[in-house]
Amino acid sequence: MTNNNPTTPNTTKAPKDEYSTTDHPLSPTMKITGVKINYYHICHTKLWLFSHNITLEHEHENVNIGKVLHEERYSKNKKDVTIDNTISIDFVKQRNGIIELHEVKKTKKMEDAHLRQMLYYLYYLKRRGIDAQGVMNYPLLNQTKEVILTSDAEKNIEEDIRGIERIVTGRMPHPKRIRICQKCAYSEFCFCGDGD
Amino acid sequence: MDTMRADYYILQDGILKRKENTVYFENKGERRVLPINKIYSIYAYGKLSFSSGVVSYLSKNGIPIHFFNYYGFYEGSMYPRETLISGDLVIQQAAQYLDDDKRMQLAGKFIEGACGNILKNLKYYSRSREDIQKNIDSYISSIESEILRLPDAHSIAGMMNVEGRIRNIYYSALDEIFPEEYRIVTRTRRPPGNKMNTLISFGNSLMYTTVLSEIYNTQLNPTISYLHEPFERRFSLALDVSEIFKPIIIDRIILKLVNKNMLDDNCFRGEIGDMLLSDKGKKIFLKEYNDKLGTTIKHKGLKRNVSYKRLIRLELYKLSKHVLGDEVYKPLVMWW
Repeated sequence: MTNNNPTTPNTTKAPKDEYSTTDHPLSPTMKITGVKINYYHICHTKLWLFSHNITLEHEHENVNIGKVLHEERYSKNKKDVTIDNTISIDFVKQRNGIIELHEVKKTKKMEDAHLRQMLYYLYYLKRRGIDAQGVMNYPLLNQTKEVILTSDAEKNIEEDIRGIERIVTGRMPHPKRIRICQKCAYSEFCFCGDGD
Repeated sequence: MDTMRADYYILQDGILKRKENTVYFENKGERRVLPINKIYSIYAYGKLSFSSGVVSYLSKNGIPIHFFNYYGFYEGSMYPRETLISGDLVIQQAAQYLDDDKRMQLAGKFIEGACGNILKNLKYYSRSREDIQKNIDSYISSIESEILRLPDAHSIAGMMNVEGRIRNIYYSALDEIFPEEYRIVTRTRRPPGNKMNTLISFGNSLMYTTVLSEIYNTQLNPTISYLHEPFERRFSLALDVSEIFKPIIIDRIILKLVNKNMLDDNCFRGEIGDMLLSDKGKKIFLKEYNDKLGTTIKHKGLKRNVSYKRLIRLELYKLSKHVLGDEVYKPLVMWW
């Protein structure tokens, strides 16, 4: 889990407290990872459980497909750029002098959550003085999509961060059945009761 | 879901070897391939030799080995390093133990669940066996009145007493159902004194290890228990949860084996007072056990079929949710 990218050598060296006290408009009390942003836009129960280390993804088929996809495709690019142990980008490229963050996703079903995750990465780097652009890659759909951080998006991200802190520090949100529960690794945990 | 991985039962003596990414079981007669991605747990009933290489490999892949001695008694487990750890959950799990009221509440649930399933078994026989219906029904009502005394128990020891009395009534009721050579009379352990005690001992230790494997795959800590004392056995939570499943899985297997005449004298060895399952007996039992764990049932909460084995995991999830304060634990009582 190191930053292997030669184009962003400074990011790992910046002292953490300097970042959180002077640059950041919020004073985050917890580490906000990309996954948390993603889960925040999918399911609050999942966000809470994941944040409390109740992870269930290890046994789930879809997660394994994602993992293989991640390992097999784009193997020639620099992979898994992790910064501050907080954000982990699938791979980073430089094109025409612009830093491009790339995320690889299987489908567009959770597109909104994925875009939020990418915007958060862009936001996080911007706070560190690094301007970048995002590119979503959908190898199975043969598509890509560019993501740009606007000031509106920045405001949304800050609201997300506050929302996540509120949920994670609170009680476990009681599971509610939604459409995507069927495919979720947590569904057995959420609905393990016999239903009466 | 973990449908791809299976339990491996090894009855013979032999060597467990690792060659590249495959585990082999070898002895004079056979060579079995155990592909690493397909193993869930290993149950070793024979004398098993293995290299440190294979142990670290299994451990790295989160696969426990449960060891049973020559007599079929549980000896211990190679329990891999915990990888699923939630500090919050463990703290909450311990908090439930330390608070007497909360501990008693949970301990009572395990007894309630166990008794609910015991009653289901007896009610089944009350319906199907007209000749002994009256007798069984009277046992059923004594168990039901014992359960009512559970709330009056003001200590774990008191609850254990209620549970012990219920179990005795249950065994007397089973003695009505079983043919004479399979009567329990009194429950004896180590060594079991007769055929029925042998079957119960064998099955219960199997149940314990299966629950333990399931606990390993959750964030629950296996040493923090409620009904049983945490110092009773190393992984006492497995004892608590086994109570729910013994009547559902083990007792039903035994009833089937006996009532369908699936066992003969060659399935046992030794004398009265030291009665053990032979390899043939173990094989028959383990086959039934594995089939039972794989049997599926429509789950009302999940609205799809789940295996009996998965029900154990779901029970652990229910327990996790209880300690996290999301939903009060309601023990599984057969709805089928």
